[in-house]
Amino acid sequence: MADLTTEFLGIKSPNPFWLASAPPTDKEYNVRRAFEAGWGGVVWKTLGSEGPPVVNVNGPRYGAIWGADRRLLGLNNIELITDRPLQTNLEEITRVKKDYPDRAVIVSIMVPCEEQAWKDILPQVEATGADGIELNFGCPHGMAERGMGSAVGQVPEYIQMVTEWCKKYYSKPVIVKLTPNITDIRNPARAANAGNADAVSLINTINSITSVDLDSMAPEPTIGGKGTHGGYCGPAVKPIALNMVAEIARDPQTRGLPISAIGGVTTWRDAAEFMALGAGNVQVCTAAMTYGFNVVKEMISGLSNWMDEKGYTSTQDFIGMAVPNVTDWQYLDLNYVTKAKISQDDCIKCGRCFAACEDTSHQAIAMSEDRVFTVKDDECVACNLCVNVCPVENCITMVEVPAGQIDERTGEVVSGDYANWTTHPNNPSATAAE
Amino acid sequence: MATSHQASGIQAARLDAAGIAENFSDLHPAYDAHEAAVAADRCYFCYDAPCMTACPTSIDIPQFIREIQAGHAESAAKTILEQNILGGMCARVCPTETLCEEACVRETAEGKPVEIGRLQRYATDTLMEKGEHPFKRAASTGKKVAVVGAGPAGLAAAHRLAMLGHDVVVYDAKSKAGGLNEFGIAAYKSTNDFAAREVDWLLQIGGITMDYGKKLGGELSLDGLTSAYDAVFLSIGLAGVNALRAPGEDKDGVRDAVEFIAELRQAEDLTALPVGRNVVVIGGGMTAVDAAVQSKLLGAENVTIAYRRSREDMGASRFEQDLAASKGVKLMFNVMPKAVFGNGAAAEIELEYTQVADGKVAGTGETERLAADQVFKAIGQTLEGQPGALELEGRKIKVSDTGRTSMAGVWAGGDCASGGEDLTVTAVAEGRDAAMDIHSSLMG
Repeated sequence: MADLTTEFLGIKSPNPFWLASAPPTDKEYNVRRAFEAGWGGVVWKTLGSEGPPVVNVNGPRYGAIWGADRRLLGLNNIELITDRPLQTNLEEITRVKKDYPDRAVIVSIMVPCEEQAWKDILPQVEATGADGIELNFGCPHGMAERGMGSAVGQVPEYIQMVTEWCKKYYSKPVIVKLTPNITDIRNPARAANAGNADAVSLINTINSITSVDLDSMAPEPTIGGKGTHGGYCGPAVKPIALNMVAEIARDPQTRGLPISAIGGVTTWRDAAEFMALGAGNVQVCTAAMTYGFNVVKEMISGLSNWMDEKGYTSTQDFIGMAVPNVTDWQYLDLNYVTKAKISQDDCIKCGRCFAACEDTSHQAIAMSEDRVFTVKDDECVACNLCVNVCPVENCITMVEVPAGQIDERTGEVVSGDYANWTTHPNNPSATAAE
Repeated sequence: MATSHQASGIQAARLDAAGIAENFSDLHPAYDAHEAAVAADRCYFCYDAPCMTACPTSIDIPQFIREIQAGHAESAAKTILEQNILGGMCARVCPTETLCEEACVRETAEGKPVEIGRLQRYATDTLMEKGEHPFKRAASTGKKVAVVGAGPAGLAAAHRLAMLGHDVVVYDAKSKAGGLNEFGIAAYKSTNDFAAREVDWLLQIGGITMDYGKKLGGELSLDGLTSAYDAVFLSIGLAGVNALRAPGEDKDGVRDAVEFIAELRQAEDLTALPVGRNVVVIGGGMTAVDAAVQSKLLGAENVTIAYRRSREDMGASRFEQDLAASKGVKLMFNVMPKAVFGNGAAAEIELEYTQVADGKVAGTGETERLAADQVFKAIGQTLEGQPGALELEGRKIKVSDTGRTSMAGVWAGGDCASGGEDLTVTAVAEGRDAAMDIHSSLMG
């Protein structure tokens, strides 16, 4: 079994699966249960300044969307940072870290955008013995209106400024948690980097309304007939998070900046994908909130099986391996030609590929009277929609047309040479190949 | 104290009331909302769906399941009932395992189809429990149509005709509507008097007058009907029963399975319904299975189905065969009745083993005797008489695709007419299609 021990910013944990700052890490009781279940680390739910704690709503805090069989695909919340006294949290963090020295304990913090506020809290956090801090610049509801959370994360200058304060008043690693509620994730990441952050973590939750109650005519979750936007997370946000992680990993200005990836990690495979795109570890919340802490066991067994199969002995072996393969559209090889192929042995004859192609794509699938579905190579543009709508995995595959063969759609011989849009004759700004 | 299984002869009260209630409870209990949601989620919304093609009434199954998924079972019910006004009964009695569910792509994929029948029942029950009738009558056309026979074909035709604005009179020889839905079919498939409730619900369309106790060839004549009405639809079923043609057939305890089932369906108290200790059912169709299983459920000790051909040839589906076996009915194949013995009342039956040569069943000479104080004949029903001068095909009234008989102005459908399997759902399709043809012929 592969060794999953992961070192992130010099912080060792037995595996790369950390619980994200969220309700599962709000108190000692939960965190101890999480560590007993096998989690490699936790980011303790965000602490605020000394004084009367924030208050939460007393109606529903979560909304959701579901897939078939009511599988939870996306969750949104309007919960705020911890509503327990600062001292209580600090005492509990101290106890837990002492009892679990081999696990990562990171403390999430959100205090007002004033140097004094950070100067006050950081020594207290340092005294707990926790391994590092995470700056919550992402929370999109409740706190943002008070000038914290995503209100900071949306202004790169603030990110840099606060990061610098933290580096000044705290000796251990500083992780900056980024909000996805911006247009270009690279700018806040560059700001964190400029402020000397040790790492960034992303994504925080996405502004969202999950549904509308059509009887009360109010958004869900509804509190006393009103609702507000909340932070969206869970499997549905994973593609957005993957892209943002990749953008930071391949940006020349932030390349090499350690990343802790967050966003819909549900199984080992999700974690491996984030790590292949450059994340040093992953943080999980929705999967634990949906299924309980024991989900980490599958993540551990799945990741180590896969690493054994691939011959990886350490997570370092594959971190970032997919980053060089993320490119811009204009560099994609236009001479790479594939055609969809339907396995008649696997086909269950539902006809969804036909409906999708005939109604919404390129009319490239033929249907016989006895429901045999075949691809018309002379019409197929290889869009992949049939693959995506087929209920049987691997029944439809995309098969490459090798160089030298004719693409029946264009009637032209497939070239073995790489050629992209930058040199294409249809591109007005193409530069002719010399 | 209930009579024991072992009491000889044909006896009532072999089981107590609790035992009877348990045995005759719903074969496929209704889904609750959660079960329906989980089952509906399995539908793939196939293109030109095979299930829909396999349905004799062509219900848009993917559409109605999607409506259940999306939380409006009432629309789902309307989708069903537009094609099949007896969708509630069909959901209970259709051999879905050989129709829509056999064709379901998830049967191909996983050997476990979407449970279309139970979803259909969920939708139609939801609507009917609200007491709503989702269709409205068109303005009166002033045309009058007679429907003879208030079974599935007749009711489907009557409803469609009434909806289109015609005035319909439905005659039936019995004192109650429903046909085989009411008098045939196993009781555990139509619990809580569903057949009668469905008829009441169907009649809410208006424009249909029921006239009971009138029989073609008795109070009614085809000539009389054709002169009094603008069109006539015959759905008279198969009232005749084939004979065993074996010595001893006349002994006490030998009777037609359809008669036994009708008696059972109409019984107020099943503990009062007598059944044999050793029951032998001759035949291989649904009627044979219904008679055998219900005999067992009434408390018969030994029940045997004796069928003269192989298991594969049996008219009852594999599901029905397995149901019978699970209730403890013994299935014998390739045996035919040779004689019934007994002093006045049946006591034993002699069966002869058969083989099939050139498609014909012939005895091998090897015989076996079974104890049999009750013998049910379920070897098929026949058309009783030949109404008017109607041309026959085989032993049924010859009809076109839209139910036209050889006589102008007379249509026929259901079991009495040629073509299609003798199923409730087929009868509904035939009644509906004939109604549409009658309508276009009257309005053309």
